[in-house]
Amino acid sequence: MGWTIRGRTGEWELVCGLEVHAQVISKAKLFSAAATAFGAEPNTQVSPVDAGMPGMLPVLNGFCVEQAVKTGLALEAEINRVSIFERKNYFYPDLPQGYQISQYQKPIVGRGWILIDLPDGGTRAIGITRLHLEQDAGKSLHGAREGVTLIDLNRCGVALMEIVSEPDIRAPEEAVLYLKKLRSILRYIGTCDGNMEEGSLRCDANVSVRRVGDPNFGTRCEIKNVNSMRFVAKAIEYEAKRQVDILESGGVVEQETRLFDATKGETRSMRGKEEAHDYRYFPDPDLLPLELDEALIERLRAELPELPDAKKARFVRQYGLSAYDAGVLVAERAAADYFEKVAAGRDGKLAANWVINELFGALSRRGLEIDACPLPAEALGELLDLLAEGTISGKIAKDVFQKAFETGRGPREIVEAEGLRQVVDAGAIEPVVARLVAENPQQVENAKKNPKVVGWFVGQVMKATGGKANPGLVNDLVRKALGLE
Amino acid sequence: MSGLERLGLVEAKRLLARREISAVELTRACLEAMERHRRLNAFVTETPERALAMAEAADGRLARGEAGLLEGLPIAVKDLFCTEGVRTTAASKILANFVPPYESTVTAKLWAAGAVLLGKTNLDEFAMGSSNTTSAFGPVINPWTPPGQEPPLVPGGSSGGSAAAVAGRLCPAATGTDTGGSIRQPASFCGIVGIKPTYGRCSRFGIVAFASSLDQAGAFARSVADAALLLQAMAGFDPKDSTSADLPVPDWVGGLTGRVKGLRIGIPKEYRLDGMPAEIEALWARGAEWLRAAGAELVEVSLPHTRCALPTYYIVAPAEASSNLARYDGMRYGLRVPGRDLVETYKKTRGEGFGAEVRRRILIGTYVLSAGYYDAYYLKAQKVRRKIVQDFEAAFARCDALLTPTAPSAAFAIGEKSDDPVAMYLNDVFTVTVNLAGLPGISVPAGLSASGLPLGLQVIGRPWDEATILDVARALEEAAEFRALPPLLAEG
Amino acid sequence: MSLDRATVARVADLARIAVPEEQLEPLVGELAKILAWVEQLAEVDTGGVEPLRSVHPIRRAWRADEVADGNCREAILANAPERENGFFVVPRVVE
Repeated sequence: MGWTIRGRTGEWELVCGLEVHAQVISKAKLFSAAATAFGAEPNTQVSPVDAGMPGMLPVLNGFCVEQAVKTGLALEAEINRVSIFERKNYFYPDLPQGYQISQYQKPIVGRGWILIDLPDGGTRAIGITRLHLEQDAGKSLHGAREGVTLIDLNRCGVALMEIVSEPDIRAPEEAVLYLKKLRSILRYIGTCDGNMEEGSLRCDANVSVRRVGDPNFGTRCEIKNVNSMRFVAKAIEYEAKRQVDILESGGVVEQETRLFDATKGETRSMRGKEEAHDYRYFPDPDLLPLELDEALIERLRAELPELPDAKKARFVRQYGLSAYDAGVLVAERAAADYFEKVAAGRDGKLAANWVINELFGALSRRGLEIDACPLPAEALGELLDLLAEGTISGKIAKDVFQKAFETGRGPREIVEAEGLRQVVDAGAIEPVVARLVAENPQQVENAKKNPKVVGWFVGQVMKATGGKANPGLVNDLVRKALGLE
Repeated sequence: MSGLERLGLVEAKRLLARREISAVELTRACLEAMERHRRLNAFVTETPERALAMAEAADGRLARGEAGLLEGLPIAVKDLFCTEGVRTTAASKILANFVPPYESTVTAKLWAAGAVLLGKTNLDEFAMGSSNTTSAFGPVINPWTPPGQEPPLVPGGSSGGSAAAVAGRLCPAATGTDTGGSIRQPASFCGIVGIKPTYGRCSRFGIVAFASSLDQAGAFARSVADAALLLQAMAGFDPKDSTSADLPVPDWVGGLTGRVKGLRIGIPKEYRLDGMPAEIEALWARGAEWLRAAGAELVEVSLPHTRCALPTYYIVAPAEASSNLARYDGMRYGLRVPGRDLVETYKKTRGEGFGAEVRRRILIGTYVLSAGYYDAYYLKAQKVRRKIVQDFEAAFARCDALLTPTAPSAAFAIGEKSDDPVAMYLNDVFTVTVNLAGLPGISVPAGLSASGLPLGLQVIGRPWDEATILDVARALEEAAEFRALPPLLAEG
Repeated sequence: MSLDRATVARVADLARIAVPEEQLEPLVGELAKILAWVEQLAEVDTGGVEPLRSVHPIRRAWRADEVADGNCREAILANAPERENGFFVVPRVVE
C-alpha cells in the first residue's frame, strides 16, 4: 500500500505481524464436557476439570480438532499429522490448573497464507506462521469490592485457535484488511463467529519499524488488547510513530509488551506489571500426541465450502463484476448467497449494484446484519424483474425498495396496490407535455438554444405524473413537442 | 464373631456367598481392628458409619442374589483417591479439609462391585516418599516393628497406610498407587502382596496426580489371589482418562493357575548391585531356584540402563509434579494463607501448605523445566527413558517375566535416611524402572531377614501381561510358604 | 552445574513457594546434591534417540462435542476459601 512514516531524518517502514485468538465454535470445551455458550451465570459452565480440581484429567474434544484442521485447510496451510499439547506453566487466579494446555513446539497447523483485498481491487499475500489449539482462561472481575478480585471460570477451557501471521503487514490498514479477511474465512467455514465484542476474536499486534530499504527488522513491541477493527489501525499507527520518534531522537526501542488504551488512543508499557516469564513448557503427560489420519483430513477438505477468494474469482467470471464489487459481495458468505439468489437468471451487474448500494446501505442504516435482512432475496429479485420488464422506472424502484424493506411487503404487491406502474402510453403523457409547452413559452425558446433545458421539461413531466411515466418515452415526446427531432 | 478381620478376600467372599458370615459382621470386625490399632496411624480418615451402611446394603444384595465381584468385602482406600463426600487429603496440609464433589473411577468401580469403604489410608504427602514419614498426618508404623523398638519401623511408602492396614489385619485388602514403587516397596516392607498393573490399565481419573506419566493404581492383599481379585474390580478402560487403554480386562482370578512350567524367567544381571545385602541376594537366588524347580527356565538378561533409572525418575517425576501441584494455590479450594497481596498469598499458601519433601520436589521440577535447563535435564531424561523402555523390550524378547528383589533392604526405622534425600531415593532402585517403562510389577513376600523382617521378590511382566506375573507370583507364594505374622498380632 | 542462593530463590519464586531466609542455605545444599546426582545422565549417549512421549502406543477415540458436565456451581464452589454471588473471591489481581 506504500505506507511510510515520514520522520525528521527520513522515511520509515512498518513491519507488523498479528496474533489472533479465535474462539472455536463448539458446544463443549476443548478438554471438558462443560458448555461454551456466552453470557451464562458465573461458574455455571464449569466442570471439575475446568476448575482444576484434584485428580481431574483433560480429554480432547475431537470436534475442536476438526475445526482447527478445517481452518488450517482454509488457510492453505500445512496440517501436521502429529502435534503435541504442552503445558504453559504460570500462576494466575483465572488459570485453575496453574498451566494452560497449549501447543508449543509442534502445532497442529504450520505455514499457510491469506490474500488481503486491497482498495484498488488488487490483493496481497500475508503469510501465516502457525495455528495452534489451546485453552482459554477464566475471567477476572476487578473493582466489585475493595482489595479483591472475583473469578468466573465459565470461559475457562473453551477452545481457542491462536493464529500467528508472519511480519508481512506494512500498513496499519493492511492489518485491518487481514483481520477482516481472516474473520471472513473463519465465518465461511463456521469455525469461529468472529464476534470481537464478545471476545471470540482477539488480536495482539507485533510492531516494529525500520528505515525504508533496510532489510533487517527493528526491535518489536507486542501490543495487547487491540480488540476492535476500529482500533487495530489506530494502535499500530500510534505505536509505529512512537517507535520512529524514539529512534530519531537517538533512543532505543525496548522489546516489551504494551497495552492499547482505546480512550486515549495510545499504547502504554505494561512493564512492572508483568514480571519476566519462564513458562516451563513441557508435553502434557495427561494427553496423547494428537495424530491425524489422511482420511480425516480429506473428509474435512471435501467439506470445505467455496471460500471467499474462489467465490470472488467466480463472481468476476460468471457475473462480469469488477474485482472490487465481487470482493465486497463475498466478504460475508450470507451476503454472497443473497446476491447469487438475486442474480439468478437476471443481470448480474444490476443485481450487484442493487445489493451493494441499496441493500447494504439500508442494512447499515438500520444496523442490521445480512442474516436479519427483512427483505428476502426473492423479493429483491422481483423488484429487478419489475424494473427489467419496464413495469416501474428506476426512480420508482428505489421507492418500492424502501417500502418493501421497511414493511416486508412484496414489490409487485406494492406496485399494484399503490398504482406505481410506469406509464408507457404516449396518449396519457402527450396532454401533459402539451400543457407544459403552452404554459412556458420562455422555456421553449431557451430549450431551442440550450438542449439541457429539455431535461427541465422531462423533470416537470415526471413530477406531474408522480414519477410513473417512462423517462425514455417522456424524453422522446418532449423533444418532439419542442420540435427538436 | 472375632477374627473375621484376618480373612482374606477370596475366603471372605466364599463365606459371604454361602451366607456363613454377613458383610456387616465382617465390616464391624475390621472397624474394631482399626480402632484397636490406631497407634499404627494407618488411616487419615475412618468412615465407620458409611462402612456399615454400605455393608448393610451389600448384605441386602447378597440376600437377593445380586452380588457383585466384591460384594460385602471391606476395603481401605489410599487417601489419594478422591471419594465423593469423604475428605481426601493426599496427606497434605494444603488439602486437609478438601471434600471432593466427585468419585475416582477406580473407587467408583469398587463400590459398583459391592465393596465397602472402611476409610482413607495414610501416605507420604502427595505420594512423595518411600517411608510414609512425609505425611502431614504423621508417620505410619509398620506392624512388623519389634515390640518396644523406638523409633518404630517405617511401613515403606508412599502407600504406607494401606500396606500397614493390610499387614496388621485391619482390613483384607486396600488400594494403593505406585509412581516409583509406592505399592511394591511397602508390600515388601510389610510382608504382603502388592501389584502395580500396566500403565493405562487402571484409570487415573480422580486420583490426586503426582507424576502423570508414572502414576498407576494397584492393589494390596495378603495373597496373590486376593490381589488379583481386587485389581480385577479396579481395572478397565475409562473415557475420562486419555491415557487409559481401551482393552478388555482379562479374568485374572479365574485364570490364576500358578503354573510356570515352560516359562522363561529373566534374571537381569544389572540388578546385582554393589554392596547389596547378602540376605537380599540369597533370597533372590532362592526365588529363582523355586521357579526353576516349578518348571520355569531361567535366563540371564541385560538391562544396561538400569543405573540410569533413578536419576531419570528424579527428573521426570518432579518435573511433572511441579506442574501437577501448581493447582494447589489457595484460590478455589484447600488451604489459603493470606498475604499482603496475591503473590504473597500464593507463596505463603504453598510454602506452609506443602511439607519439606514436596517443596523440595517442586523446586527440583521447576528447575529442570526452566529456561536453559530443559534440554539438559527433562529432554535428556525422556531420551534415557526411551532407552530404558528399549532395554525391557529386548529383554522380553528372551523371556516371559523378570525376577528381581523388590527393595534393597528390609524396613528401616522412622527417621533413618531422612536427612539424606538421595539415600532415601535409593529405596526405589528396583522398582522405578518398571514405572518408567509402564510395565506391570508385583511384590510377593518371600522370606524374613536375619532380624525377622519380611522381604519381597518382584516379578515384572510385559505390557498388559498381568496374567503371567500373577502366575509367577503365585508359584513363588506357594514355594515360599510365607506364614509369619507381624509382632503386632502376636502381641494380641 | 553449581546452584547458588539466587537461583534457588528465583526457582522458589517461579514455583510460588515462600522459603524463609534461614532455610535457603540448607535448601541450596540439598538441591545441589540431588542435581549433582541426576546429572550422571549426561554420560549416557542419547544421540539420535527421540524423547519418550507416551509409554505405550495408545490411540484413542476423541470425545464427542457434547455438553455433559458443568451446571454444578455449588459443587465447584463448595470448597472455596472465599466466595461471593457465585464467584470465587481472591486477593486483588493487579492489572
